[in-house]
Amino acid sequence: MPLSREQVEKVSLLARLQLSEEELVLMTAQLDAIVGYIEQLGELDTEHVEPMAHPIELSDVFRPDQSRPSTERSEILATAPHADGQFYLVPAVLGD
Amino acid sequence: MSLTDLSASQILADLNARRVSSVEVAQAFIDRIERHDKAIGAFLRYDASAALATAREIDERRAAGKPVGLLAGLPVAVKDLLCSKGDLATCGSKILENFRAPYDSTVVAGLKKADAVLLGRTNLDEFAMGGSTENSALGQTRNPWDTTRTPGGSSGGSAAAVAARLTPLAVGTDTGGSIRQPAGLCGITGMKPTYGRVSRYGLVAFASSLDQAGPMGTSAEDAALLLEAIAGHDPADSTSIKAPSVAYSKSVSQPLAGLTLGLAPEHFGPGLDADVDAAVREAIRVYESLGATVKQVSLPHSKYCVATYYIIAPSEASSNLARYDGVHFGHRTDERAMLAELNAERQKLTAAGDKAGLNRLDTPLVRMYRRSRSEGFGPEVKRRIMLGTYALSSGYYDAYYLKALKVRRLIRQDFDAVFQSVDLIAGPVTASPAFKLGEKVDDPLAMYLVDLYTVSANLAGIPGISIPCGFSAGGLPIGLQLQAPPLEEDRLLRAAHMFQQATDWHTRRPNLP
Repeated sequence: MPLSREQVEKVSLLARLQLSEEELVLMTAQLDAIVGYIEQLGELDTEHVEPMAHPIELSDVFRPDQSRPSTERSEILATAPHADGQFYLVPAVLGD
Repeated sequence: MSLTDLSASQILADLNARRVSSVEVAQAFIDRIERHDKAIGAFLRYDASAALATAREIDERRAAGKPVGLLAGLPVAVKDLLCSKGDLATCGSKILENFRAPYDSTVVAGLKKADAVLLGRTNLDEFAMGGSTENSALGQTRNPWDTTRTPGGSSGGSAAAVAARLTPLAVGTDTGGSIRQPAGLCGITGMKPTYGRVSRYGLVAFASSLDQAGPMGTSAEDAALLLEAIAGHDPADSTSIKAPSVAYSKSVSQPLAGLTLGLAPEHFGPGLDADVDAAVREAIRVYESLGATVKQVSLPHSKYCVATYYIIAPSEASSNLARYDGVHFGHRTDERAMLAELNAERQKLTAAGDKAGLNRLDTPLVRMYRRSRSEGFGPEVKRRIMLGTYALSSGYYDAYYLKALKVRRLIRQDFDAVFQSVDLIAGPVTASPAFKLGEKVDDPLAMYLVDLYTVSANLAGIPGISIPCGFSAGGLPIGLQLQAPPLEEDRLLRAAHMFQQATDWHTRRPNLP
């Protein structure tokens, strides 16, 4: 089933990307080709196969529940585009 | 023979015997970078004075008889994807062009502990996404064997740097072949360890279940040395394996008797270049002359590996790259321009009485995310984020992502079955030698197919190594890939070393301008 421009626009919002008109056209064609290639996986019967998310299947990897020093706030905020020494600053989320 | 023609192991022997100083070694490689890197573009940046200062300090410690690390005085180049505290880690992207890492990755910490001389940061495809290094937003890297061709990718800078002898050792990363493929195309030795063998803490994440950092050098002996310095369990990485550490550099020179090599017909199909086929088969004959037996094996799900990879990797990437939002680090869009753009849209929709449109209009925060990310990411990164977001979205998750995870298990089972009857799988690392710059940039799918022989090791979590085994008629390097069961890096390195004792492909060097 070919990918529609509307689907690609919807996915771009989910992905928090903003595509130009040219990008949208090109992306729709390219993604359609790639998804078409990927669909060959449908040939395989995987009814009784467990999904494998990780090649080395570890679980419950914990560290002792002990508090310890973390990175200094000033070092972390040093990488921020806009910060006030305490918080990251962003355009208002609530209200107008 | 000049200093920079020696292997890392030979240089280390000279350093330990005080026949040469760390400063002399560092200076020799810095001189080569200054003379040749303009034509190759392997390095994004290097700091000669910092490298020499480190080298000087190591020389002083050696002279005073104090203990020095495993790599003491050896220059190592690092792919610009591994955090080094206080240094830039651009990941080849405009979105992190000015990002300085606030901490050391475990790999870099390991290199520092081993007293490596960190020479500089190498170029890569943006966020490790690519097979040619052409997706770097910050520079172009050329294959030292033919500068009209790509060095491969995504660790193209690291591969080119070693091939051109601008550094004896380099660290790369491999998510779908990004160490092994450029190693093959540049005529050097590169290895992807078992998933979990090398810590991913501080390795900027592309696909968390596939990424691995690994060693690149001119020989298996050198790769063993570098692997020993960076491998090991790390409590800071919950996917790190608790396996006993191995002194790879000590065991690498021990040959393997009674080696069985498996050849899979799926790796020798119609798309394989004739020169590559011939060189790889000749390499197998060398192994037979060394006492190895060859067996036909099958990896029946091989044809589905690229498709499986190109669902899983982009899906994981779409999640990992969500953190680049212009809030915590990296590029943020011009907020004033962004608000003006939104205002203009709001006015247009209001004038048209479009209530639905107004309802759908991005909030300032969302628009900030969308603009920042779109301005900062290159086309391949956007493509993979889109692909991954689509594959994970409601209605498609089962058909694509979950399906791919099931096929992943089938791929792993193929390898488990084969390794019941052979020690190693041998085959080509790429279907053809280095391609021309620009050749595949307009055809993403063609670019994805360069990973044909390498993605399966990442999907299965097994280790693989690429070693030089010949040249094409046009003088381009050809790589042999060996793959082993999980945790058998030692077997891989020893087998590779056996080949390098019987042949001299790995000692060949490009003629540089």
